Amino acid sequence: MNSLGLSKRPQDTRVVVAMSGGVDSSVTAAVLREEGYDVVGITLQLYDHGLAVQKPGACCAGQDIYDARQVAERIGIPHYVLDYEGRFSQDVMDDFADSYLRGETPIPCVRCNQRVKFRDLLNTARDLGAEALATGHYVRRVEGTHGAELHRAIDPAKDQSYFLFATTREQLDFLRFPLGGLTKPETRALAERHGLEVAAKPDSQDICFVPNGDYAEVVAKLRPGSVEPGDIVHVDGRVLGRHRGVVHYTVGQRKGLGIGGLRGEEEQALYVVRLEPARRRVVVGPRRDLARSVVTLREINWLGPALPESEGLEVSVKLRSAQPPAAATWSVGPDGTARVDLHEPQHGIAPGQACVVYQGERVLGGGWIAATAS
Amino acid sequence: MSRAPSGAAVSRDGRVYLDHNATTPLKPAVKAAMVQAMDLVGNPSSVHAFGRTARRAVDEARAAVAALAGVKPAQVLFTGSGTEANNLALRGFSGRTVLVSAIEHDSALAAAPLTESQDTQRLPVQPDGTADLAALERILADTAGPALLSLMLANNETGVIQPVADAAALAHARGALLHCDAVQAAGRLAFSFGALGADLMTLSAHKLGGPAGVGALVLAEGLEPDALIRGGGQERRKRAGTENLLGIVGFGAAARLALEEIAAAADLAALRDRLEREALAAVPQARVMGASAARVANTSCLVLPGVPGETQVMGLDLAGVAVSAGSACSSGKVKPSHVLAAMGEDATAASSAIRVSLGWTSDDEAVDRFLAAWITVARRSGRA
Repeated sequence: MNSLGLSKRPQDTRVVVAMSGGVDSSVTAAVLREEGYDVVGITLQLYDHGLAVQKPGACCAGQDIYDARQVAERIGIPHYVLDYEGRFSQDVMDDFADSYLRGETPIPCVRCNQRVKFRDLLNTARDLGAEALATGHYVRRVEGTHGAELHRAIDPAKDQSYFLFATTREQLDFLRFPLGGLTKPETRALAERHGLEVAAKPDSQDICFVPNGDYAEVVAKLRPGSVEPGDIVHVDGRVLGRHRGVVHYTVGQRKGLGIGGLRGEEEQALYVVRLEPARRRVVVGPRRDLARSVVTLREINWLGPALPESEGLEVSVKLRSAQPPAAATWSVGPDGTARVDLHEPQHGIAPGQACVVYQGERVLGGGWIAATAS
Repeated sequence: MSRAPSGAAVSRDGRVYLDHNATTPLKPAVKAAMVQAMDLVGNPSSVHAFGRTARRAVDEARAAVAALAGVKPAQVLFTGSGTEANNLALRGFSGRTVLVSAIEHDSALAAAPLTESQDTQRLPVQPDGTADLAALERILADTAGPALLSLMLANNETGVIQPVADAAALAHARGALLHCDAVQAAGRLAFSFGALGADLMTLSAHKLGGPAGVGALVLAEGLEPDALIRGGGQERRKRAGTENLLGIVGFGAAARLALEEIAAAADLAALRDRLEREALAAVPQARVMGASAARVANTSCLVLPGVPGETQVMGLDLAGVAVSAGSACSSGKVKPSHVLAAMGEDATAASSAIRVSLGWTSDDEAVDRFLAAWITVARRSGRA
């Protein structure tokens, strides 16, 4: 067995590394290369960089592609750029815009992993004769008694398991995450040891195609005319003010509501409770109106042991990425949905986010939040 | 990394180069001529003996390039590339409406000045890849005022030879000029500027065993394009800038050899035909584009339906075999082929094509290596 769990010598094992141009995937490639694998670097061109930075005419290749190429050159591996603009636009950006317009808060990075990297790129890797696709994600793939399991990263500050819940068993079989056992400082130290110029490159913070963090502007550009103003309404029915479009709001949001007509004390205590896109309403209320203890999920992905229907499983769940896991009971319905009963009510659960299910360190699966109830 | 094969089909590091339509390996005799020219001191525009020596080298090269096109040396104007020559031809006659065929190289498509009705002015091609002359007649009849038609001699992706002489006759009957981009034909096909009836013709050194960075525009006598690059009086004031002496000398040497070796270039057809025969025998779903038309001997456009051209190119590259797909931009990303789309192929076919282009270094071993690697790629994708 080699370090990737394959019964071949590293030099006879072709591995495609998804190289974003950042430090994590660069180190992934460098480490595998050092171990002697037949490493092939691939960078995806996902969107027109020139358009994203508002500079039409800028080269279609942004700095990240340049960086990935430099790293590949430095460590001596072949490197290719694939044009995935079309499928990224269709499978990720369209979904992102439509989800916002439904009053949800989507996570395009999960869609990108699910539909672009782990589907199309993975198939390309197979077509190139690769035995595995490696990425720089901070998550662990552990060989269990019943096949590969997905586990949280060693470094809790970097753990990306939330964004990978939709990985299927078949994809997981082919995937490798060499950084799952490292901390970020360890990764940066490796980058320095390999002489990679990206060693000090800052982590990306935003969604890649929303470089300035203005989601609403991107939605407005993708769906012209769809972002329409409406009323901000209190749960008790009072109209409190106007908003510029429901896409500007997220359930649980408190700041930036811009309601001027209320006394300071009361305004501070108001949160977005729900979004009603059909009526173009943003509904606000006190914190207690955010409390939810039942969450319904759609598009379930399950990596855990087979579960008898209608039998609850004690788990912990994450309802957004930056949240500690919470105790819950998981049960699946006959129609492919799942129900999560939280032991303690949670506040600010936003439809469109993922609910990821853990048992200890292991990711059992998850689904997209369709609805919540108190 | 991979050294240019110095006459060997397989380079020292075991790689096979089958991308001669992108650029050809420099021929050893061309390299020798260029190395010699590196010792020339003078600026060809200088009055003194050094300048005259350099001038003589440029003149000799001009004569050789002229001979390749069958024109007088004075009709040859050196440029910095084929792209520049296309730009000079298509932007140098401001009073004329520029018509381009749908399968022209990007440099011609982009150089053609935009007009409102540009889409309708693209000369379509038939499914076999040859220009539609009936459509040309209509387009010429519909074009008010003097026109300039750009039609390539051999297509860079399919190798299909275009009916340039017929198109020139139709153009001339309507008072239009004909520009022929002969970059992919020169050195692969015997032709003459006069017999084709061309008024303007583009040539490029690095497609025929010469260096990159030098091209030429051949002009009918009396035609005077407006210069794009202004400055000194070089190239009869049509292209300012000190002559690229090394490049021009290399171009001259390559043109001389190309003319001498034109028969050998035609012999590549046997090698190319074997490649296609064996490829299709092993992968029955594959198709050769433009196979029913006359083609230059070195080019093969293979479609493996459903397997992206870029995947094929990567798989072949990893096996040490260099071919190309579509046309790559600076980041290396590949666009679906506008040439195959113009031939009526659907998006899947247009993005599932690769171009194999042979040249003076190619032999049976190179073809065997390609076949083995390509069949492996097809097999991995479940196509063979």
